[in-house]
Amino acid sequence: MAGFVARRIAKGILVLLAIVVLNFFLIRLAPGDPALVMAGEAGAGDEVFVAQLREKFALDQPLPSQLAAYLRSIVGLDLGYSVRQQMPVATLIGERLPATLLLTGTAFLVSLSLGVLLGSLAARRAGTLADTAITGMALLFYATPLFWVSLMAIILFSVRLEWLPSFGFETVGAGYTGLARAADIVRHLVLPALTLGLFFMAVYVRMTRSSMLEVSRLDFVKTARAKGLTEGVIQRRHILRNALLPVVTLAGLQAGTLVGGAVLTETVFAWPGIGRLMYEALLQRDYNLLLGVFVVSSAMVLIFNLVTDVVYRAVDPRIEVAR
Amino acid sequence: MDTDARRIAVAVRDLSLALPAGGDRANAVDGVSFDLVAGEILCLVGESGSGKSMCAHALMGLLPKAVRPVSGTIRLGDTDLLGQDDAAWRDTRGRRIAMIFQEPMTALNPLMRIGDQMAEMFEAHGQLTPKERRARAVALAREVGLPEPERIVRAYPHQLSGGQRQRAMIAMALALEPAVLVADEPTTALDVTTQAQILKLIRDLQRRRNMAVLFITHDFGVVAEIADRVLVLRHGRVVEEGPAAAVLGRPQAPYTRTLLSAVPTMDPPTRPPLSGPKAVEVVGLQKTYVTGGGLWRAPRRTAAARDVAFALHRGETLGLVGESGSGKSSVARLVMRLIEPDAGQVRLGDTDLTRLRGEALRQARSRIQMVFQDPFASLNPRRSVGRIIADGPVAHGVSLPDAMERARRLLDLVGLDAKALERFPHEFSGGQRQRIGIARALALEPEVLVADEAVSALDVSVQAQVLALLEDLKTRLGLSMLFITHDLRVAAQICDRIAVMRQGEIVELKTAGALFANPEHPYTRALLDAVPGRVRQAA
Repeated sequence: MAGFVARRIAKGILVLLAIVVLNFFLIRLAPGDPALVMAGEAGAGDEVFVAQLREKFALDQPLPSQLAAYLRSIVGLDLGYSVRQQMPVATLIGERLPATLLLTGTAFLVSLSLGVLLGSLAARRAGTLADTAITGMALLFYATPLFWVSLMAIILFSVRLEWLPSFGFETVGAGYTGLARAADIVRHLVLPALTLGLFFMAVYVRMTRSSMLEVSRLDFVKTARAKGLTEGVIQRRHILRNALLPVVTLAGLQAGTLVGGAVLTETVFAWPGIGRLMYEALLQRDYNLLLGVFVVSSAMVLIFNLVTDVVYRAVDPRIEVAR
Repeated sequence: MDTDARRIAVAVRDLSLALPAGGDRANAVDGVSFDLVAGEILCLVGESGSGKSMCAHALMGLLPKAVRPVSGTIRLGDTDLLGQDDAAWRDTRGRRIAMIFQEPMTALNPLMRIGDQMAEMFEAHGQLTPKERRARAVALAREVGLPEPERIVRAYPHQLSGGQRQRAMIAMALALEPAVLVADEPTTALDVTTQAQILKLIRDLQRRRNMAVLFITHDFGVVAEIADRVLVLRHGRVVEEGPAAAVLGRPQAPYTRTLLSAVPTMDPPTRPPLSGPKAVEVVGLQKTYVTGGGLWRAPRRTAAARDVAFALHRGETLGLVGESGSGKSSVARLVMRLIEPDAGQVRLGDTDLTRLRGEALRQARSRIQMVFQDPFASLNPRRSVGRIIADGPVAHGVSLPDAMERARRLLDLVGLDAKALERFPHEFSGGQRQRIGIARALALEPEVLVADEAVSALDVSVQAQVLALLEDLKTRLGLSMLFITHDLRVAAQICDRIAVMRQGEIVELKTAGALFANPEHPYTRALLDAVPGRVRQAA
C-alpha cells in the first residue's frame, strides 16, 4: 500500500508538470495582451509605457524562456507574483483557499450523506409514494440550473423570509469573535453550500437507488435472507455496502471539483473563494495568478483521485489498485 | 424401510404455487406432495421450467414476489410454514432449514470475509458471543474440509476457488445444525472432479448429522450418485416418485424413460477411422496470459496453450475436453484467430491463418465459424433472426434478398419454421436459439465449425436433439468440427477423436473408443472416474 501511494505521488508530480506546461501555452493562446490591459487601466496608452511594462514583467522574452523561468520557480514551490494585485500568488491563493474549501467541503459532505440516505430510502420503498417523491425531487434538482436555484433561494430565504444572509462570508464590521463568529459564518454558509450540493445530491440519490435495486437482485442477498437475517441488516450490510461502490467513484469525481468548481456559486453569493479569484484573474489577464490557481486545483484533483483509489481499495477487497 | 420408523422432517402436501397471469401456465407447481425424511436425500429432478427450484424456494419462504402459494401445506414439525409471519420465517431460515445455491461465485457477499459471513448465521439467531462465533467459523471451515481454516476465514470470496466457495456455503448452511438442508443445483456450476468432491461432502455430512436433504438437480448422473429417493417433476406436476434404484432402474412413467434415455452414455459408438485430407492443422500453438505485474512486482503467468498440436481431418469431429481453466476455450479462440497466439501455426487447408492480415484474413474467416455456449447471450436481442443469420453473408458481399433466402433455407435445415425470420431471439427457447446460432454459423458455408460448449446450457432432451442435428449437418455438408466441452458423456457421443487438456497442454489424444476403454494418462482417468453416475452404468 505504501509503495502504491509513493508510486502514485511520483506519477502525480509528472502529470502536474505536464499540466503546467499545457496551461502555460493555453493561456498564451488566448487573445489579449496583459501589458495593454494594465496600461489601459492606468489611463496611459503610449507605446513607451507599454514597452516598459512588458520589459518589467518579462513579457518581451520569447515564450520558451518565459516557460523555463516559470517552471524553475514552480519546482521551487514559488507560484510567482501577481502584477495586478501586487502580491505573491501563493499568498493570494492561501487567503482564499479556506473559504472555498469550507464551502465545497460542506456541500460535498451534505450532498453525499443526504444523497445516500435518501437514495437508500427510495430503494427500500421502491414503487411507493415516498420513492416517487424522492426521485421526483432528485430529478428536479438534477435538471434545474445552479444559478437559478441560487437566485430563488436568495429571494425566498433572504429577501422574503429574512432568515439567512444573502451574500458574503461573514457580517462585515460586526466584530464577532470566537463562537459568535463561527455561528455567523455558518449562517452565511447555509445557502451557498445547499445550492452547490443539491445537484450532486440528486446524482447520488439516483445512483444509490438504482445501484441498490440492482444489488438487491443478486444471489448473495438471497443467501443473506436464507440465513434468517433481519431486513435492516440485509439492507445495510449486504445491499448498501455493495451498492456504494459506484457512488464512491462519483464522489471521487465531485471531490476533484472541490477547489475550482464553485465559480458560479461564489459569484452569486459573493463568497470570497478561489473561484472568484480565478474569474477575476481571467478578466484581468493576470497570467501568473491564473496559472497559480490552475496548478493548485490540478494538484487537488490529483490528490483526491489518489484518495478515491485508496478508499475504493478499502471498501472493495477485489480491486488491485491500478498502477 | 417401514414408513412409521422413518422420522419425517418436512411434509409437503398438495402444494400449488401460482404464476402471474399471462405466463405459459397457471401454476409453477401444481399439487406436489413429498416428505423429507431424516437421514435421507430426496432428489427433485426435472428440466428447466419444471418448477423444481420453486419447490426449494417455497421451503425457505424465498419465493419471488410474483409467485404465490395458492393451496397446500408445508409442515415442519408442528408448524405450517406457509402460514408463518415474517419473524417466524426469519427464525426458521438458517436455524431449522438451511439452503445452498447453484452459483458459488455469486452466492457470497464479495465485500465480506468468509468467516464473517459464517459468523452471521449465529448473529442472525442471536447465538453465541462474537468471539465464540469466530471460533465456530474456524471449526466449520475445518469440518467442510477447507484448507488452513484459521487463515481461510480471513479471506474474501474472490480469493477462493469455486469448489472452496461451495464448501464455505455448505459450512454456513450447517452452522446452526438445521434438520433440513435444501440444495438447489449445488454442483451444476462446478467441474466434474470438484463436483465429485462436493457430492461426497454433502453425503458425508448428511449421514453424520442425520439431516433430511432436498437436492434439486437436472443431472441424472448426480441423481444416481447421491439420491435415496427420487421425484421427477414436469410442468410443475409429479410424474414419478420412488426409491432411487427403482426410478433409475425401472422407470414407470414414459417421461422419466425419455429423460433417462436422453442422458448420453459413456460408451462411444464405434466410428470408422478418418484419414482424409486435413481441414485444420495446428502446430506448436503457444499462448500465455500475463496479468498484473509492473515495475516492482512479478506478473502472474497463466499458460492457456502449451505447444498444442493436432490435426482435424475433413469430416471429423475432434473433441477438446478439460476442466475450467484448462485452456480449451482459449485454443478454440486461437484456432478462430479471435486471439493472437504467441507462437505456432493454424493451417486451414493450405492457408496459414496465423499469417493472414486485413482483407485476406476477413475473407478466410468465412471458412471457419463458431457456435457459442450461451444461447441467450450470443444472439443480438434487437435484431430479427433473419438479419442475424443474413448479416454474415451480407458482410461478405451477398445481396440482402439472396442472404435472406439463404437464411430461410438454413432455418429449414436446422428444423425451424421460416416464420422465425421475422421474430426476435427472446421469443425462442434455449434449444431453438441454439439452432439459430448453428444456422448463423452455417450461413457463411464454412468448412470448419467450432462448437464451444454448444450444448452445455441445454436440458438433456434438448441436448440430445441438438447433438443429433450437429451430427446430421456434419455428414450432409461435409463439415469438420472442433467440439469443446467439459462433459465427457457428450464428448463420447459426438466425437471421433478426443483430446484431453490440462493447464494448456494436451495430455492425451486418441479415438473416443480408445480413450474411454483404455485411458492412459492419470488425469484422464481421474476425469473419467469423477463423472457422476458412472457406477450405475457399470453395474
